[in-house]
Amino acid sequence: MSADKALPRGAAAPQAAVPGPGSPVSDAPALLRVRDLHVHFPLGGGLFGPRRVVKAVDGVSFDVRRGSTFGIVGESGSGKSTTALAVMRLVKITSGTVHLGTAEIGALEGAALQRERHRFQMVFQDPYASLNPRKRAGDAILDALNLMNVGEPGQRPARARELFLQTGLRPEQLQLFPHQFSGGQRQRIVLARALAARPELVVCDEPVSALDVAIQAQMLNLMLRLQRDFGLTYLFISHDLGVVRHVCDEVAVMYLGRIVERAGRDALFAQPLHPYTRALWSAAPSFDPDARSRRGRIRLQGDPPSPLAVPKGCRFAGRCPHAQAACKEAEPPLREVAPGHAVACHRVGEAGQVLY
Amino acid sequence: MTAPVLQVCGLTVEFATRRGVARVLEDVALEIDRGQTLGVVGESGCGKSVTALAVMRLIASPPGRIVGGQVLFDGRDLLALPEREMRRVRGNRVSMIFQEPMTSLNPAYTVGDQIGETLRLHEGLSRREALARTVAMLDAVGIPAPAQRVHEYPHQFSGGMRQRVMIAMALACKPDVLIADEPTTALDVTVQAQIFDLISELRERTGTAVMLITHDMGAVAEMCDRVAVMYAGRVVETGPVRAILGDPLHPYTRGLIACAPGRRTVAPGQMLEEIPGTVPSLLERGAGCLFADRCAQAQPRCRQALPAPTVLPDGRAVQCWLHAEAA
Repeated sequence: MSADKALPRGAAAPQAAVPGPGSPVSDAPALLRVRDLHVHFPLGGGLFGPRRVVKAVDGVSFDVRRGSTFGIVGESGSGKSTTALAVMRLVKITSGTVHLGTAEIGALEGAALQRERHRFQMVFQDPYASLNPRKRAGDAILDALNLMNVGEPGQRPARARELFLQTGLRPEQLQLFPHQFSGGQRQRIVLARALAARPELVVCDEPVSALDVAIQAQMLNLMLRLQRDFGLTYLFISHDLGVVRHVCDEVAVMYLGRIVERAGRDALFAQPLHPYTRALWSAAPSFDPDARSRRGRIRLQGDPPSPLAVPKGCRFAGRCPHAQAACKEAEPPLREVAPGHAVACHRVGEAGQVLY
Repeated sequence: MTAPVLQVCGLTVEFATRRGVARVLEDVALEIDRGQTLGVVGESGCGKSVTALAVMRLIASPPGRIVGGQVLFDGRDLLALPEREMRRVRGNRVSMIFQEPMTSLNPAYTVGDQIGETLRLHEGLSRREALARTVAMLDAVGIPAPAQRVHEYPHQFSGGMRQRVMIAMALACKPDVLIADEPTTALDVTVQAQIFDLISELRERTGTAVMLITHDMGAVAEMCDRVAVMYAGRVVETGPVRAILGDPLHPYTRGLIACAPGRRTVAPGQMLEEIPGTVPSLLERGAGCLFADRCAQAQPRCRQALPAPTVLPDGRAVQCWLHAEAA
């Protein structure tokens, strides 16, 4: 809805202080610090033979700077959504640490975790599944305010109206049920609810993937505007490279539970180093019909291996067009080859020179 | 110029709903030449899938009803055929693949049985001949060890492999037209690239005409020769891909292209162009252009009547008052 215009566009004072997308954020302090995160899911076992383990996230580290957007891209099974859920403390962390500012949210439990929850909130892919169909939109937001004890109880309805206006919805729509909204509007409700407690970090798991392209643009613009106005930090999970390129300041590429490459947006899209990143970029459809010559394209064979049976050595070696014997022996560490650009590949040199 | 293998004209489809009759397709015209790929693009609810189902005569009736128009396949109107004859066309001369391969495959039969059934039914092959052809088809769509996998069940295949099975089944009888309805939407991008390559390669080899239904302009740029842009049940602009992506004429086409993120012409972090509002209700169409309420260039006459489509020298047609005088 064009009611987006209700937002104080550009009027916000902190614009200069808060680095928005596109501006250099490298000097802003890290808000979220994830170190050596592992999330393993035990599977079966007992009666039917040996216990097996799905290593959904298997040693992931990254920093997200305050006021920036950090993207994680990857295909199904790469562990990107599980990483998001682990940061949100919605799955059990097997090992590793997650710091939000100075608080180690990865280690908090019970009431202590509950007290910190208002600082980090989440938006899921399917807005219809995220809303209770029997609850009015306004009540969904009031519930969040009550649960996290935001402000004085008497002020909360006014806050709900304010949130609706900020996300481009009309206050009279607070009375409606989820099915009375369009998909794009529902995602706005979910965003309004996530922002209810004035979080510092918003974790977004494919927030626009279920939306049509025109509605997607409205939603992305809204998210960018809210970030500028409120200094939000986003952890943005997506499989859509176009969307990631548009909104993220830094991007990590995940493959089978690990980060294979991590860099600032411009470096990563202009000069991808990992063969998987290159394959991913080259698989994305280009808008230019003249660029569709099949030559010079990297085509991967087969599907990613199962996270149940992670191969020895480099996880990508089995599908990599440039793999050598050494790649199947040892797993390459993620190392920085240029300021802010890290890659895990045996065939990239110390200074980031491509050896394949 | 040879006659197009598939030509849709004046196609109008209505659905009865609790709140009245919704006209979901109105006066749709499309054509595809042999060996060509036509992209049909638009947002959800624009009628692109219903168009495909109408061509295949797969619209459930009631609630749906084909009110008017023709679907000319090799000069014959499919809409006028008796069902028995249509069954000979469907899956044989014109076949279709859907978005979600798992729901289109029968989980209780091996993939070999399912592909073989098509061949035995349409081509009268024996069980053994059908099996041999099926193995060859699976091989052609890039399934490793086809002689073994032909005896496996759909759940034993990954998503990309299942879509390959669907393509093998759709192409088993060497159809003249393949309709692909969002064939890669459920797949990862590297697998999507494999499927697109496969469809292009098979098209080049067999001369099958392809109708690719998608919401993704990138897929259109990648795959199609011509494109038809649909909005609220009408084709608003159609023509060669280069012309339409390079210089869209209809304000809706322009908006659809401009609001996609990730193109080189949009700076990251900048506001994307928006098409304000949402798609209109199809229950009351009125006489004017249904895009008028969302169109920045709408004029009073846009709400009163639609102009006749303007045909340009580069082979495109656009239905908009902004371009009506030019002709």
